Amino acid sequence: MTRPQIAKEKNPVFGTGILQGMWVTMKNFIDSYFKKADQGGIFTIQYPEELCRISENSRNFPFLVYDAAPDSPRCTACGICERECPTKCIHVEMAKDTAGKPLRKPAVFEIDYGLCMNCGMCEDVCPFDSIFMDRVYEIAGRDRTKDMLIGKDALLKPNAYFQKIRPKDAADIDARRKAAEAKKAAAARPATPPDAGGTAS
Amino acid sequence: MNPAMSFLDSIFVNLKLWTLNLIGHFLPGWAVILASIVISGVVILCLGPVIMMYLTLLERKVVGRMQNRYGPNRVGPWGLLQPIADGIKMFTKEDIVPTNADKVIHLLAPIVIVVPALMVFLVVPFGRDMTAADLSIGVLYFIAVSSVTTLPIFMGSWASRNKYSMIGGMRTAAQMISYEVPMTLAVVPVIMMSQSLSTASIVNAQEGLRWFVFTPWGLAGFVIFFICTVAECNRPPFDLPEAESELVAGFHTEYSGMKFALFYMAEYMNAFTLSAIAVTLFLGGWQGPFLPSWVWFFTKTFALIFAMIWFRATFPRFRVDQLMGIAWKLLLPLTLVNMLVAGLWYFIPGITGWVGAAVILAVSFLGLTALNKPVIPEKRVYLLEN
Repeated sequence: MTRPQIAKEKNPVFGTGILQGMWVTMKNFIDSYFKKADQGGIFTIQYPEELCRISENSRNFPFLVYDAAPDSPRCTACGICERECPTKCIHVEMAKDTAGKPLRKPAVFEIDYGLCMNCGMCEDVCPFDSIFMDRVYEIAGRDRTKDMLIGKDALLKPNAYFQKIRPKDAADIDARRKAAEAKKAAAARPATPPDAGGTAS
Repeated sequence: MNPAMSFLDSIFVNLKLWTLNLIGHFLPGWAVILASIVISGVVILCLGPVIMMYLTLLERKVVGRMQNRYGPNRVGPWGLLQPIADGIKMFTKEDIVPTNADKVIHLLAPIVIVVPALMVFLVVPFGRDMTAADLSIGVLYFIAVSSVTTLPIFMGSWASRNKYSMIGGMRTAAQMISYEVPMTLAVVPVIMMSQSLSTASIVNAQEGLRWFVFTPWGLAGFVIFFICTVAECNRPPFDLPEAESELVAGFHTEYSGMKFALFYMAEYMNAFTLSAIAVTLFLGGWQGPFLPSWVWFFTKTFALIFAMIWFRATFPRFRVDQLMGIAWKLLLPLTLVNMLVAGLWYFIPGITGWVGAAVILAVSFLGLTALNKPVIPEKRVYLLEN
């Protein structure tokens, strides 16, 4: 086994390494004025004025999607998300009409953002494509019991918003829903002319 | 020089004369003399802190840029009000004195440290006829006063009764005393050539573009002097007395609030005055073509301060033995050679003297660095054989 060679000194004259080091910092100093962030300039983002670009896969707190109007959300208040939520931060109550008959839409839908741990299980389990993960992050509040408890009105956001923040997922889901609706309609059509079938037979 | 330029050149001098004339109409002669002293004093007492405030901003901005970030830019346009915000913060902070501290000395140290820093301003020639006190022993005065800085730092570190402070103070004493030797000896060729100890006449000896830095001995002397000034005001890479990673904050560990700010003020004012003296001795002071004299002076001084900040952004801290080694084994012999070279340069006129001086300096530099090369022991490799 040969002995490992000790690296020869690169700078024969004392002080050249110092000058090389100084040139590095000077280059940074000059570049900070004349170069863009991706070419060696300053890459600091001045936060309140300019915001970080968020990738499409960014996820944090859940919100609810509605299609036409906030009165008729996709959510049917089935309560699956409420049961699946690991931190139990979702609270759903189904709406009832005056006769006490369930209306298949939420009367109360509350998420405690203070408890939510952004796991996204609610999104995964929702059978009605209603609850999705949002990307809001400027939600600081002064009181964690009041300001972090988000009610139904604040949670409901139009489908257009969902398409804006997550275009790819939204397109997939919209296509799936449209296909399901078409299938449903197709399944319903043979059911509509029972009379015709009856007369034929 | 055209009239507009000469007006700008002597604007501050004329302003003072005009004020004194105005006072002379109403008050007796002794009051005018007193007013003359007071005006110079007040200008210096205001200039020091204001320069210190904006040096902190400049430092933070430049170091930030060198580390690929903006410095402070929130308070006021371009962060120009940041030093004022810092000042208010410092004033409102709690002043903590350790229980076992020597209370009187602990209080005195930050007050005393500002005094030599301000006193050096007296002999700095800010422009043509703009030396506050043109002492005939200006350089000697500067060397004597600036070396007093060691004392308050040691006072503070001793009075804090804290081991970190103590080590910081010990390091300061060792470092400052060591670096004073090559610094003083680097000044000697300048005094030899200008045949005067007065800062104003040293500047006058560099009339036109015959700045001392353009000669072999001047360049060597300037580099040595500048390295020593950086060490004298405890700035990186010579910041061993306040090495954060080793000593918390070194000699000012136990200081808070305005006392801490006073230590900082002294440090930055020292950085300014030492740069100013380096400019005076080697870079021709306020001498320079086209621009008013004081513009030249401040441009050169801030260029040197920029270099100090540049050092800070670039170099890691020295080890204690390296620090002492550079002062005693490299800079001190070089200054001795430099004095000899200055004599040769003076007595051998023309190109021969120039080349001879340059060659002697280069050879001695290479020789000294070769002699000082640390011995790196050969790496031992133990083979594992069964």
